[in-house]
Amino acid sequence: MKYLKAFVLFWWDFIVGDDWLAAAGIVLTLAITALLAHHGFNAWVVMPLGAVAVLYLTLKRATT
Amino acid sequence: MVEALTIVLAAGIARGWRSSLTGVGAATATLAIVIIVLGPAITSLPISVLRIVVGGMLLIFGLQWLRKAIMRGSGFKALHDEDAIYTEELEAARKAGSVTAQGIDWYGFTLSFKGVFLEGLEVAFIVLTFGSAKGGIPLAAAGAAIALIVVAIVGIAVRAPLSHVPENTIKFAVGLMLTTFGIFWAGEGVGVSWPGADIALIPILGFMILVAFGLVKSLRRKHIALRVATPLEAGVES
Repeated sequence: MKYLKAFVLFWWDFIVGDDWLAAAGIVLTLAITALLAHHGFNAWVVMPLGAVAVLYLTLKRATT
Repeated sequence: MVEALTIVLAAGIARGWRSSLTGVGAATATLAIVIIVLGPAITSLPISVLRIVVGGMLLIFGLQWLRKAIMRGSGFKALHDEDAIYTEELEAARKAGSVTAQGIDWYGFTLSFKGVFLEGLEVAFIVLTFGSAKGGIPLAAAGAAIALIVVAIVGIAVRAPLSHVPENTIKFAVGLMLTTFGIFWAGEGVGVSWPGADIALIPILGFMILVAFGLVKSLRRKHIALRVATPLEAGVES
């Protein structure tokens, strides 16, 4: 159990990193883009704007 | 890779080269196994799922790299000082007790293994994701291997940490590239049709460069203002 926990924590730390908000924000951006694309909108603009919003928010959290 | 070299050099000088290089060999073999096992697993995914997974991972890694590079560029995070890291690692390695088995000093082995494995794992994931998205894992792996050989040769030649490598600039550029490809591939995976197809990568990169430089500039001003307001408290995160 101890090793399983350490294994999961290692991968969590490796993928999610210092700020979980970045990973969560990217998942949310992908979900919104997928939803819009599913309804017939070519929502290409959402991806770069979402990435910039996530970058801004995660930097704001780290510097205040 | 530069960070891993710093750790290996410190372990080699303080604890002996045999243990340190055995650690490097074991970590490299483990990384090769990770690539061999995960490579076919990733490439067997359907193309849209592959693009979402690969693009999403690249985007998350890219934003992490970019975030750190922007914080370093604006003064909120200390620049990587390989000389200082090397001195610290060397000191710690010299102070640690000795546990030797079969001629291997386990402290030196573990230090080198962890340094190479953890640094190399990021590279392995970039190789896997870039390689699988464009169907060229061997080519991407060859690129990473060449970079590894160059760092190793320079490290052996100078026998000192590579403190003159502009590490933050390289990480800034890599962060921008990973983010750009991540946006593009993940977008394609969730059904986006990019205007101009592959050409869209260029304006996305340009947009990200503008945003990143804008953020560095704005955060640098904020950092200076904080330092003026509270000179003792506005330190840097290491």
